Amino acid sequence: MAIIKRKKTSASNKRAAMPNGATYKETGKKVLRYLKNYKALFSLSLILAIVIVALTLYVPVLVGEAIDLAIGKGNVDFDGIYKILLKIGIVAGATALLQWLMNVCNNRITFGIVRRLRRDAFNKIQELPLSYVDSHPVGDTVSRVISDADQFSDGLLMGFSQLFTGVLTILGTIAFMVSINISITLVVILVTPLSLFVAAFIAKNTHSLFAKQSKTRAEQTALIDEMIGEQKVVAAFSHEDEALAQFDEINERLAKCSLKAVFYSSLTNPCTRFVNNLVYAGVALVGALICVSGGGDFITGLPLTVGSLTSLLSYANQYTKPFNEISGVITELQNAIVCAARVFELIDAEPQIPEAENAYDLQDTEVDGRVHIENVEFSYTPDRELIKDFNLSIENGQRVAIVGPTGCGKTTVINLLMRFYDVNSGKIEVSGHDIRDLTRSSLRRSYGMVLQETWLKSGTIRENIAMGKPDATDEEIKAAAKEAHAHSFIRQLPKGYDTVIGEDGGALSQGQKQLLCIARVLLCLPPMLILDEATSSIDTRTEMKIQDAFAKMMKGRTSFVVAHRLSTIKEADVILVMNNGKIIEKGNHAKLLKADGFYAKLWNSQFEN
Amino acid sequence: MKLVFKYLKKYKLEYVMAPLFKLLEACFDLFVPIVVKMIMDVGIKNNDRSYILSGCLVLVALGVIGLTCTIIAQYFAAKAAVGTSTGLRHDLFGHIQGLSYSNSDKLGRSSLITRMTSDINQVQSGVNMALRLFLRSPIIVFGAMIMAFVIDKSNRVAPIFAIVIPALAVVVFSIILAGIPLYKRVQSRLDKVTSLTRQNLSGVRVIRAFNKEESEMEAFSEANHEHTSVQNFVGKITALMNPMTYVIINLGIIAVVYFSSTEINSGNMSQGDLFAMYNYMSQILVELVKLANTIVLITKATACAHRIESVLETPTGMKVEKSTTENKTDNSVAVEFKNVALNYSGEGENTLENISFTVKRGETVGIIGGTGSGKTSLVNMIPRFYDASEGDVLVFGKNVKEYELEELRESVSVVPQKAVLFKGTIRSNLLWGNENANDDDLNYALEVAQAADFVAEKDGKLDAEVSQFGRNFSGGQRQRLTIARAIVKNAPILIFDDSASALDFATEARLRQALKGLKNDPTVFIISQRTSSISHADKIIVLDDGAMVGIGKHEELLSTCSVYKEIYDSQFKGGEE
Repeated sequence: MAIIKRKKTSASNKRAAMPNGATYKETGKKVLRYLKNYKALFSLSLILAIVIVALTLYVPVLVGEAIDLAIGKGNVDFDGIYKILLKIGIVAGATALLQWLMNVCNNRITFGIVRRLRRDAFNKIQELPLSYVDSHPVGDTVSRVISDADQFSDGLLMGFSQLFTGVLTILGTIAFMVSINISITLVVILVTPLSLFVAAFIAKNTHSLFAKQSKTRAEQTALIDEMIGEQKVVAAFSHEDEALAQFDEINERLAKCSLKAVFYSSLTNPCTRFVNNLVYAGVALVGALICVSGGGDFITGLPLTVGSLTSLLSYANQYTKPFNEISGVITELQNAIVCAARVFELIDAEPQIPEAENAYDLQDTEVDGRVHIENVEFSYTPDRELIKDFNLSIENGQRVAIVGPTGCGKTTVINLLMRFYDVNSGKIEVSGHDIRDLTRSSLRRSYGMVLQETWLKSGTIRENIAMGKPDATDEEIKAAAKEAHAHSFIRQLPKGYDTVIGEDGGALSQGQKQLLCIARVLLCLPPMLILDEATSSIDTRTEMKIQDAFAKMMKGRTSFVVAHRLSTIKEADVILVMNNGKIIEKGNHAKLLKADGFYAKLWNSQFEN
Repeated sequence: MKLVFKYLKKYKLEYVMAPLFKLLEACFDLFVPIVVKMIMDVGIKNNDRSYILSGCLVLVALGVIGLTCTIIAQYFAAKAAVGTSTGLRHDLFGHIQGLSYSNSDKLGRSSLITRMTSDINQVQSGVNMALRLFLRSPIIVFGAMIMAFVIDKSNRVAPIFAIVIPALAVVVFSIILAGIPLYKRVQSRLDKVTSLTRQNLSGVRVIRAFNKEESEMEAFSEANHEHTSVQNFVGKITALMNPMTYVIINLGIIAVVYFSSTEINSGNMSQGDLFAMYNYMSQILVELVKLANTIVLITKATACAHRIESVLETPTGMKVEKSTTENKTDNSVAVEFKNVALNYSGEGENTLENISFTVKRGETVGIIGGTGSGKTSLVNMIPRFYDASEGDVLVFGKNVKEYELEELRESVSVVPQKAVLFKGTIRSNLLWGNENANDDDLNYALEVAQAADFVAEKDGKLDAEVSQFGRNFSGGQRQRLTIARAIVKNAPILIFDDSASALDFATEARLRQALKGLKNDPTVFIISQRTSSISHADKIIVLDDGAMVGIGKHEELLSTCSVYKEIYDSQFKGGEE
């Protein structure tokens, strides 16, 4: 949440830039696509706005008329006044009701659009290619789905309805004023734009101040992230004083530019209000003079009453308000469109290659454990070639060990096997079928996977273990947990299998999380296995016990193991040695030792010392 | 709130002047309808053009004075608000840095960061708005009523104000107060939507491996729907505000006109008086809405201030105890644990129990044991990151609680499990260990840490840029740089907390060799999962579930300690048969 909040405040301070390649027009079209579903509500809202503006503007006229009926001592038309008062009552009641209706309407549209946007964005996430997910920071995508969607719908609808009623109010006021008196109308129309200039002038000059403020703020946040996020290191090196000094330096700069930004931007309101006062004084002056002259209006010659002057004065107040708000509304609208473009960038991102229509749904019984890799070429980016000319035939029940230094790209092989990424050329066959001809779900169903980063979803322990088999019975779940040696610690949790764990495993230790991931696979036990440093954070004794389970599990099953343990490596049928993202050696233990290459060096290094 | 005042106090001039000038501005605002009334009742009635002209000039003058007052007020408010947040930020940052580990663990580091950033920003704008509007709005509201009583000599019309104002206040505040908890509900629903989104991105591989896309979409759709329906419900309530206040104010206007017309008929009031009354009525509405919004903002800011306060109230640091023994240090024994137990939360089972051992100066100690067996907890007590709940930890013969923290930590150098660097250059990172180190010292440390090779290949070498958290280096490189950083410190005690895990066997072996040759011959603690990393140690401590189950040399342990043997076998059975 923190990130999102921060994002929101910084976005409101600066005018965000449009994401790559998006234009206002294009984005606008996409926005209409979503608005289409609310055509009826939207039209209703517009009609209501027109009626409300008209009614609201009518009230001052009525009050003016009433005042004109109460001229002085003994000169009051009570009947007339009561009739007018009744009218005011009806108009006010109707306005209130319609206003509420319009608000509810607008809410429905706004919230509905956000909901659709989020749904579409989320569904898109499910079919994005992994390359997209891997290359975009999680926080960025989350903020698109959450805060950008919010800002877009809020900004767009509020901005639009404000703009719409604003323009209507301006036009309506002019019409009402003209109907009362033209000279005064001219005064108002001529002086008011001044406030627009003032507002624009201030906005232009504060923009750079805000930009500087958010830049300094970002700099400070980065420092806070580091120094507080890694407090332990800071303390271990007694670095607190230096950190504080560094912090204060930025803090001082921030104070200076914040003061400027806050102060100058807070001038907009008083300044436009001052212009307002000028308009007001002008109307009072001209109006009073017309009343006095008795000759009536300077242009039309029509007389003016005190009541009409009252109406005009309250119009003078209302008329300038939308002008003052317009510059803000336009910024808000622009910002909304930028946010929309960011959401649409996600929604319209290229999805993964769709499955062929006649994609084959491989049945569990058909999986015979054969994997055939032929002339595979693959790289994440075209400018850095990784896997080339990769050939491998694996028979049922064979074990493939992938070894190499950290960061050598062992997960690449897994990405290809699971079809998280597609090969650039060549093919991978499972049980005689090119995996691109299979449905993704049937391919992935035939592998059981335990990854290096242990990921659990928020929910109960039970739900997590039963992920691959939601209809598993309690006995089955417990049996799997026991086999993974997770049962004993689960039993000690406050609610056992029904303990709810938070996002990313919450309070569980890394090792416990890994045990759950193993139990998760043990429960559904697919025909082939992918184990990625599966035991890296489990202590070696537990690991040994798990190895038994693994051995049982791997027996008769084709398995791919990113291996650190020597026994796994040694017993593997094929060892793939990787370095710098490439497969540099391939063969069994004996053969590779004999070759005396990279693997031999790796192997021997552990016995040094 | 108290907290904010503490910082605001330093800006006495500002926090007095800002509302004061706002108040002046409000008063001038209140004069406007009176002036217009005079123009109507005197100027128009008597056909006095010069009176009208001067009346309008007074209006302009009121505007100019009002503008001046506001600008002054805005300046003081901005200065007080920014000053308050700057001071608060400084103190909070310092305070957080001084928190003991167990306290900052409890508060959560990401939550601390939020408090430092967005919470303080909220407080700043809360203070700013409060100074600007908190006096102005009530003054206008009550001022309008007072003016009404001044104008209405019969006192038959003005009491309407006394009815309308409370009625409006009740409506405005009850809707806002009802809204606050409802918004919290909306927020918690949104949190769920956010969490689902985040999970689906971070767990994308697992979700796809288990073919859970469909069910995740369903779960999301449900959460999304729940959020929207709560939003719509809250929306219906808050949408009542404008219409209801509008109705009340218009009822007020109707009443004012109704009663005024009688008064005018009997000669107690003029048309201008009626105009002024009508105007005051309208002003009240505008100001009450502003006041309500300010209150929402202030409520939010107060909540944020409370969150900040709770951090500031958490005591910092660790008490340095008076030396019970004489201030002597024993140079031959580097570290001694005497019946030490550790319990993080003060309840439940102990993380470590009954740990006793002695380490001589210059010895290398290996610590091995399963996950959660308490290896890191044990070494964390040496630089006093955590305090032992029972027993004593002695460093060079002196209880760690009797050291000045800085002095103690100067003599212990830690390479943490998680390898992090800080934004800057390689040099600036290494200098964390020792500000006064020269290039030779740094290069020597890099050499020992097996980092010299890749640093030499970097553009700028020692001055190569390091991005936030050191993200522009690979895990292995980061780890070696953190080792170098610790070596630069040249401390007599060196702790490696499983910090060679990202290194391959060959590099680790070379590192071990280089450590042996360190100039200052430090006492070294090595935590590892691999027996191969510690088998050469002078002393190996075997931990199992918080208890020390063995201590001794590799060969001894193999024959005496079953846990150790099991660990060893699990790693070497496959390799050496």
